[in-house]
Amino acid sequence: MIRSNLVARRRRTATLLAVAALTLAATACGAATSSGGDTKGRFTQAPQSDGPLTVWVDSTRLAAAQLYQKQNPTVKMDIVSYDGDANGSNYLQTKVSLFNRTGNGWPDVVFSSQNNEATWAVTAKFAAPLNKGLVPQSLLDGWAPNANQPCTVDGTVYCLRNDLSQTVLWYNAALMTQWGYQVPSTWEEYEALGKKVATEHPGYLVGAAGDTFTPEIYLWASKCGANHITGPKAVTVNATSPACTRMAALLDSLIAAKSMSTSSVFSSDFDKNEADKILMMPGPSWYGGSLFQGTFKTPKGQIAVAPMPHWADDKNPSVGNVGGGTWLLSAHSAHLKAATAFLTWVTTSDDYQGKVAVGYPAYAAAAKTWLAAQAASGYYANDITAPLQAAAGQVWPDWGYGQFSQEAIWAATVTPGLTAGKTIVSMLPAWQKAISDYARSDGYQVTQ
Amino acid sequence: MTTVAPRQRRSRAAPAFVAGYVILLVAFGVVPTVYAIYFAFTDSGGAFAGLGNFADAAADFRFLPAIGHVALYLVCWLAGLVVFVVGLALLLHRLQVRGAGRTLRFLYYLPGALAGAASVMVWLFVLDPAVSPVGFLLRALGYQTFGQVIAPGNLPVLFAAIAFWTGAGGWIVVMYGALNTISPEVLEAARIDGAGAWQTARRIQIPLLRKWIVYMVILAFAGGTQLFVEPQLLSQASVGVAGRDYSPNQLSYDFAFQNDNVNTAAAISVELLVVGLVVAAVFVVRSGFFDAD
Repeated sequence: MIRSNLVARRRRTATLLAVAALTLAATACGAATSSGGDTKGRFTQAPQSDGPLTVWVDSTRLAAAQLYQKQNPTVKMDIVSYDGDANGSNYLQTKVSLFNRTGNGWPDVVFSSQNNEATWAVTAKFAAPLNKGLVPQSLLDGWAPNANQPCTVDGTVYCLRNDLSQTVLWYNAALMTQWGYQVPSTWEEYEALGKKVATEHPGYLVGAAGDTFTPEIYLWASKCGANHITGPKAVTVNATSPACTRMAALLDSLIAAKSMSTSSVFSSDFDKNEADKILMMPGPSWYGGSLFQGTFKTPKGQIAVAPMPHWADDKNPSVGNVGGGTWLLSAHSAHLKAATAFLTWVTTSDDYQGKVAVGYPAYAAAAKTWLAAQAASGYYANDITAPLQAAAGQVWPDWGYGQFSQEAIWAATVTPGLTAGKTIVSMLPAWQKAISDYARSDGYQVTQ
Repeated sequence: MTTVAPRQRRSRAAPAFVAGYVILLVAFGVVPTVYAIYFAFTDSGGAFAGLGNFADAAADFRFLPAIGHVALYLVCWLAGLVVFVVGLALLLHRLQVRGAGRTLRFLYYLPGALAGAASVMVWLFVLDPAVSPVGFLLRALGYQTFGQVIAPGNLPVLFAAIAFWTGAGGWIVVMYGALNTISPEVLEAARIDGAGAWQTARRIQIPLLRKWIVYMVILAFAGGTQLFVEPQLLSQASVGVAGRDYSPNQLSYDFAFQNDNVNTAAAISVELLVVGLVVAAVFVVRSGFFDAD
């Protein structure tokens, strides 16, 4: 909110003042600390002191911080809610770069809904190395395989993954039975069913392609190499390979048949007109709790989970991943002990991750509790355990996390065309160019 | 004694009144501007970089589109501003006689009284057919979803409409005030000579308003080139679909905070400053803004 004030002020003043506000905000006083350099996992601890532990969370993770405060009333906490850096808002990086200039203000622990924070937070010397004395390796070994890969730079872990967001096929079991449909296991069957639904039950949907994370659901699962991070500052971008075009063509054909929505599942028009017309919906693990139960208020006993479809000729089925979120610990924290205790609790505890969290916990032991709790809730029409557990190990590893926001790039380059009726296939070259351009502007070496 | 005292008081009071503004101007205007100019001509290590930062900005793939966007926006915004502000002020001036003027004056000014970002937020609802109070209008125009409303081609007009709604009210009141300074005798003479409302406006009122219009255009141009809040908020509301790096000011912001390149960000800011100053100078010289009547 500080930013919008700043922004409001800037817009309303004359030339001089406007330029001034920007630079003042950008620079303030104090020395810049982004001199680069190689820390190799070591950092100088700030003088430790008592005082409140400052924790930044998004609205969904607010429950975690509040629960910790309730369980540990002696810990002084200053809980700040922010946008969680969602959808490329870049809020965290903006604030940290300002704090770096002013020399204070960093939160002790911060949640981000993005998995790519390590790409800038390490060079900005904000993220503290975690596997160099703060968090024991034995605990880190408890995460799902590769879960902390986006947090790892040169073998040093700089953040902890909150949840896995592996994609599965959500569907309305009641409708499937009523209409006598089989849950598709391949993309070919999925497309055929999508066309059938379009003619037999017009208005009903087999998916939505209007979200900024659409490529992460469909193109990632199809092994489209649009975003293959090959090094700390290197990326291979190929968005026009057959792996990409055949999935894009599938989406185009279902959009044309009108059984694939082009609205965002979080938009007001989707909620108003389409939320009660979902037959199937490929999407991440958090769709169940966050979207169906939370946003759409779909009654219990209807929603079920199946494995994500795969191409019939693909011997190694793979799934995509939509976000997942990470927790970072500030290297500037003056309360490292309390901060580490909170970080450990919030990422691994059964009390939060197992029983309260909406997403599939990245910490394996908590995931077991979580799955059991989901089964016991009786909300789902089938046992969601097996498909989710299987999908957790099938996330295609060649789609990475660069500093540039994949979601923001898709939103700006593909979504407007989609709304205007263009096909996704026709926009893949433009998408590839945009990814390359944004990657280069962040200093990436791009190969195509 | 008695003749000196008031003058002394006045001479002491004047700097005191001006000081508040001058101090703020120096602290938040002049010093940061100089700081920005310093940044624009140095690299991240503080060494002199010549025009390197300006070249970096110009070579960026987002730079030319951003200039194009803002140019188009300025055409819509300035044309709309001049035509509607002058038109509505003239209307207000005529209605004054009938007593409706006071209410209208208040209504025009009202949106401007909302804080900048808040009044843009209102538009995020107005533009979404699913929740808009004028949803029927949007649907009648063929727009069913928020996504269709914020299609790239619509953005200059939308931003101009938002800017007009938030900023024009104050100008209408200013123009109205300016119209009131025109001597009633002049208008009376025009009327006796047979001029109607249209001719009076065209031949008497608008020419006499010229300096006010120029003043408005200079400030609106400077404000318009710095377009930021409207696209930034729309970008966040549409999760990045529209308005991301739309304007040079946003690009500057992205350079500073996304690309961690304050120097290039400052270079763009300096360019905007120069453009604003040059255009202001042209208008001032061409219009005889500072000529004594």
